[in-house]
Amino acid sequence: MIEETEAEIIESFSLFDNWEEKYEYIIDLGKKLPVLDDKYKLPENIIKGCQSTVWLVAEYSDGKIFFRADSDAVIVKGLVSMLIEVLSGHTPDEILNAKLDFIREIGMMNHLAQTRSNGLLAMVKQMKNYALVYKSIHTPEKTI
Amino acid sequence: METLTTISPVFDVESIREMFPILSRELNDKTLVYLDNAATSQKPQVVIDALSNYYSHYNANIHRGIHTLAEEATAAYESTRVTVKSFINAAFPEEIIFTRGATEGINLVAYTWGRKNIRAGDEIIISGMEHHSNIVPWQILCEERKSILKIIPVTDSGELDMEAYKNLLSSKTKLVSVVHVSNSLGTINPVKEIIDAAHRVGAIVMIDGAQSTVHLDIDVQELNCDFFAFSGHKVYGPTGVGVLYGKKDLLQSMPPFMGGGEMIKEVTFEKTTYADLPYKYEAGTPNIADTVALKSALDFINETGKDTIRKHENNLLQYATPQLEALPGLRIIGTAKEKVSVVSFVIANIHPQDIGVLLDNQGIAVRTGHHCTQPLMARFGIPGTVRASFAMYNTKEEIDRLVNGLQKAIKMLS
Repeated sequence: MIEETEAEIIESFSLFDNWEEKYEYIIDLGKKLPVLDDKYKLPENIIKGCQSTVWLVAEYSDGKIFFRADSDAVIVKGLVSMLIEVLSGHTPDEILNAKLDFIREIGMMNHLAQTRSNGLLAMVKQMKNYALVYKSIHTPEKTI
Repeated sequence: METLTTISPVFDVESIREMFPILSRELNDKTLVYLDNAATSQKPQVVIDALSNYYSHYNANIHRGIHTLAEEATAAYESTRVTVKSFINAAFPEEIIFTRGATEGINLVAYTWGRKNIRAGDEIIISGMEHHSNIVPWQILCEERKSILKIIPVTDSGELDMEAYKNLLSSKTKLVSVVHVSNSLGTINPVKEIIDAAHRVGAIVMIDGAQSTVHLDIDVQELNCDFFAFSGHKVYGPTGVGVLYGKKDLLQSMPPFMGGGEMIKEVTFEKTTYADLPYKYEAGTPNIADTVALKSALDFINETGKDTIRKHENNLLQYATPQLEALPGLRIIGTAKEKVSVVSFVIANIHPQDIGVLLDNQGIAVRTGHHCTQPLMARFGIPGTVRASFAMYNTKEEIDRLVNGLQKAIKMLS
């Protein structure tokens, strides 16, 4: 399922002829991502980059994790939007196993590498951390 | 070295550009436009050759060796010291201490002079436009010594409030440490006036010359500053080498910074005596190769001519400023009367990082963010700026590409 969403994103990007189209699409995704209500923009939800900030909120329901996020920089927000599209609504195990190869495939790996400036890599880690935490909370303890 | 002597006295930017191999690099199928010079400058071939020559022909540890290579390496290393002495017009070569960069120079003063002289209740004055490297070492010192850090306010145009500065000065002031040229705004501060006023209350003065040394004529004797620090990599030299200038009597009176080889006269388990200046502050094997190559960078600047370079950079600033101001929503941060070739700006409703990403895709390198001056950004109520900084090799055509690139970025983002 996660792979299917990733494949769809990769296919969308394959249609773009140049970097402008690629970034216009990402900027558009960023603008369309619903603004996170101020009540969620709490210090504990901040993933601080050196330059831009990402806020990430996770909720657990019916065995699945739902993410919402925001950023003050629109390109980061567009990338955040794709990560949410790919990972939100999946089980902790699915999220933990996701390889997220699409980021490399669509040529956005450099953004993930800029950990100090935009906090995107930290966001992926944080999404996986949520999955790990929810998994441990909701897994019945094994009896020995 | 032959290439240097062929430079005509008339400034020819194209022949200058040919000496910087990196400038012909292509990014995303476009020739690189490098406008991040305030972060680090590119290196001319003579500097790259100096590094390569050192390792290819006379690499050796310096000072104590008696073989030929060690003598050659020592001579080259010490020759850089003499060149630096002239470059900033210090009185003696031993007033030139080699460091890793301006940051280490400031820390050296904070840890040695500072710990010897700063007591509870003493005051240290810095300014509101300091780089973090001229804030944090003093905060650490003040916390340790229960002394007080005072800040010279910055005006709306990005200049120091000199009236406020003079009111901060008192007999409690022990040290004033200010930046000569702001890395974020390009403002040239009136350091001579700052130094004279501080001396009248008996304070000593450290000048952070990280940004100024490449653009302005530096004469530490005329300035009469007590300490002056700069980095090699911002003056077309290698990374990892910098200079701390200190007045001889001050340097002699201070305790050493790091202990180790090279900085001692005699070591017994009972007592160690320290080497004379400058070696007292150069413990361990120094960064020989980069120090040797720094001389080539300074020679290169001297032979090109600082005045000529300054004129060219000023022309670029005058050319860029009105064009940038004309862009929709763009506001220049830092409009001081006296500026070096740095333009920092914000664009309404657009995050600087988004601008940086879209310029990068057009082969244009600028810096975005807080430029390690978070208190200054807070002063202007902004998260950061986009900063374009020009060097001797930049051209008007490159500024045109910046303006076009910005127009495109603004269009894509709005």
